[in-house]
Amino acid sequence: MHASRRTFLKTAGIAAGGLLIGIALPQRGRAAGAGAATVVDSSVNAYVRIASDGRVTLLVPKSEMGQGIYTGFAQILADELEVGLEHVSIEAAPVAAVYNAAFAPIQFTGGSSSIAGSFEVLRKAGASARSLLLGAAAAEFGVDATELRAVNGAVVHAASGRHLPYGALAARAATLPAPSDPQPKPASEWQLIGKAVPRIDTRGKVDGSARFGCDVRLPGMAYAVVARAPTFGATVSHYDATAAREVQGVLAVREVPSGIAVIATNTWAAIQGRAALKVEWVAGAGAAVSSEAIAADYAARARTPGVTIYERGDMAATGSGRALEADYATPYLAHAPMEPLNCAVAFSADGCDIHTGTQFQTVDRAAAAAVAGLAPEQVRIHTMLLGGGFGRRANPASDFVREAVAVAKGYPAPVMTVWTREDDIHGGYYRPQAHNRLTAMLGVDGRPTRWSHTQVVQSITRGTPFEKMMADPRTGIEETQHEGASHQPYAVPNVHVAVHDARQAVPVLWWRSVGHAQTGFAVESFIDECATAAGQDPLAYRLALLADQPRHLAVLKLATEKAGWGTPLPAGHARGLAVHASFGSVVAEVAEVSLIDGRPRVHRVVAAIHCGLAVNPGQVAYQVESAVCYALSAALHGEITLAQGRVQQSNFGDYPPLRLTEMPRVEVHIVPSTDAPTGVGEPGTPPLAPAVANALYALTGVRARRLPLAHTEFVKAPA
Amino acid sequence: MQLDINGHLHELDAAPDMPLLWALRDLVGLTGTKFGCGAALCGACTVHLDGEAARACVTPLSAVAGRKITTIEGIAQSALGKKVQAAWIAEDVPQCGYCQSGQIMSAVALLRSHPRPSDADIDSAMNGNLCRCGTYNRIRQAIHRAADA
Repeated sequence: MHASRRTFLKTAGIAAGGLLIGIALPQRGRAAGAGAATVVDSSVNAYVRIASDGRVTLLVPKSEMGQGIYTGFAQILADELEVGLEHVSIEAAPVAAVYNAAFAPIQFTGGSSSIAGSFEVLRKAGASARSLLLGAAAAEFGVDATELRAVNGAVVHAASGRHLPYGALAARAATLPAPSDPQPKPASEWQLIGKAVPRIDTRGKVDGSARFGCDVRLPGMAYAVVARAPTFGATVSHYDATAAREVQGVLAVREVPSGIAVIATNTWAAIQGRAALKVEWVAGAGAAVSSEAIAADYAARARTPGVTIYERGDMAATGSGRALEADYATPYLAHAPMEPLNCAVAFSADGCDIHTGTQFQTVDRAAAAAVAGLAPEQVRIHTMLLGGGFGRRANPASDFVREAVAVAKGYPAPVMTVWTREDDIHGGYYRPQAHNRLTAMLGVDGRPTRWSHTQVVQSITRGTPFEKMMADPRTGIEETQHEGASHQPYAVPNVHVAVHDARQAVPVLWWRSVGHAQTGFAVESFIDECATAAGQDPLAYRLALLADQPRHLAVLKLATEKAGWGTPLPAGHARGLAVHASFGSVVAEVAEVSLIDGRPRVHRVVAAIHCGLAVNPGQVAYQVESAVCYALSAALHGEITLAQGRVQQSNFGDYPPLRLTEMPRVEVHIVPSTDAPTGVGEPGTPPLAPAVANALYALTGVRARRLPLAHTEFVKAPA
Repeated sequence: MQLDINGHLHELDAAPDMPLLWALRDLVGLTGTKFGCGAALCGACTVHLDGEAARACVTPLSAVAGRKITTIEGIAQSALGKKVQAAWIAEDVPQCGYCQSGQIMSAVALLRSHPRPSDADIDSAMNGNLCRCGTYNRIRQAIHRAADA
């Protein structure tokens, strides 16, 4: 999710940093087996648990969905704790207020905020744990703590040559009061922070032992699939489960709010049982939705005044010059993570255990409790590895968790509700379809004197618990509907940005980079059109308009220098560029394209990112490469369309992600910085589509103003 | 029905039209083989049948009786499998990791038939394995590394 930081802070008044590390979580005693010595785990604080045998467990409250957060968090904590990465293991933290994000009063993973929001918290947590271990050693040795040093998992008293491993100190450390002002190491002493260390979760991902949500196997667990409405908003009229119940392995058929659930001994039987169901539906609000009609409606509305979000200067000032206008249309998009959704729910006498890959622990827990009829504290969320998230598993409506609890409620065994790929593609919660209309007036020097941007798009949080936090109370418009447009960086004296709030029966959600994905495409395409109209080089034109934006300048210069901007290319190739700021970071990308059989082919992408301090430069670069792949999938092929209420795509055949043969070479360069870390997972996404579209324009003279690019017929410009 | 999986015999009571994928995951408990599409479009469920790559999501149990089934959990039984895993680790390939079981199974099958694969060989052998995280370039490097090892 993209938390509007300002709004969240204002609304919720949360404790800055949420640094409540003095609160120790319940200690766990663990007997190592008959005859063996008892190993006792001590919670030194909410992030660090040390066993008496020296094993160090770091509790990570952020969901690992590929972005490498387990590694990043471990680097920061282990560096402060003075333990080697090879000596720590990671455990997903439970849901607790101590783990709430810095920017929101909930525990979640999103908004590219994990490192940005937790860096100082983790440094202090690690430093606090180190301080407690030193304190425990001081008591053991009967010396002052200032005479001690923490070195590689032990406390050393150099003067006497004595040392004690953390395992021998943890129990005592856990009883000491947490220091009120823990002192993190100075940057000059970092051994792990800032280093491109390898990920710590790779082994299990190459031998099949990594446990994703779908891999949970609880004793006696059954599997369910749900027959959901064929159009959004439809409800069950009646159903006949006679044939479904006869399918070998089907255990039960039950109605839930979202449809009809078939519970079976295995997933295949559940799928077969569902196929044998006869369900009649009563159409609802989404019965007639047509994405083509939405596109036409949005295009018309974009020409009328919307709600003003941002303005500066005087748009009415007359001035002669060259007028430009362009409309950019982007479709609904499914996230389609490789792991389809799933959620295992086990009721017990004292509550309910939920195993799932979620980005939204606090919200899902509250939703599950409401459906289960329990208090939130009675619902225990066990966060599994996520086979991709991209925003789909951070749903304010908690759709897949809510449904799974309803399926399992009252059933005498644990049930995992499984989504098929078709369920995923049909299931809604898409990136919203959008229309962006831009107009500009260019002065005699070719620079824009006026800039107007109007977007028509749905709100993501309307009707959810997040609406109050995310929407501006004056306008009802939320930041996701104008981010990337309202603060475009170019030095234009007169600017007007407006939004038309669209309402559709199609549920929408944040999709990697959220509103920036569509506004970035529009702004960076349009500025390129302005450069062309002014007869200027797209790079020089941008640089001149960004003189006051040092981070933009830094990434533009770095990316274009590394890409060889302006140097000759093979015949039939061309370059395009784009730069966009999001989640506190700025990314520039240069794409090199050609046409193969008339279809766009991206050969190389050179990116530069300014994200403040790069805690793990290797993973920062890999995340930008990942964003390039994800955004290129969408730019080339990605589109969810609806006709007569029905989603017209169903699986990877008609919703095709990028394949290996389409993957460009990607080079990522990081602007060196010691500033506080900013976002990484998403900011590589927005510049990709416009960089490619601008390159295709440079190659063919054809402007692609609609995504995916498959809609545009490119013809190579005559040589 | 008896299945030979990673060198062990498993007795299963299952419908012959059940895809091997669900038998592995839900009946045998070998969850390293992943479900991605159910239609042989993504390769997440790739296993080996007598050493050849196959998509378990569209392979009915009736087609695997008497054949040697190898899954990601058994791939380290071969020197080549170990080599490919080591190359994946050396290149730090996985992000979310969900597709990587299938990627590795396809890569091992490729390297068995083409010990020194060209980029074109990799293109044709690996294009059926989808990754949403964008690990393709490192997958290619890891295959070359394994071939060189």
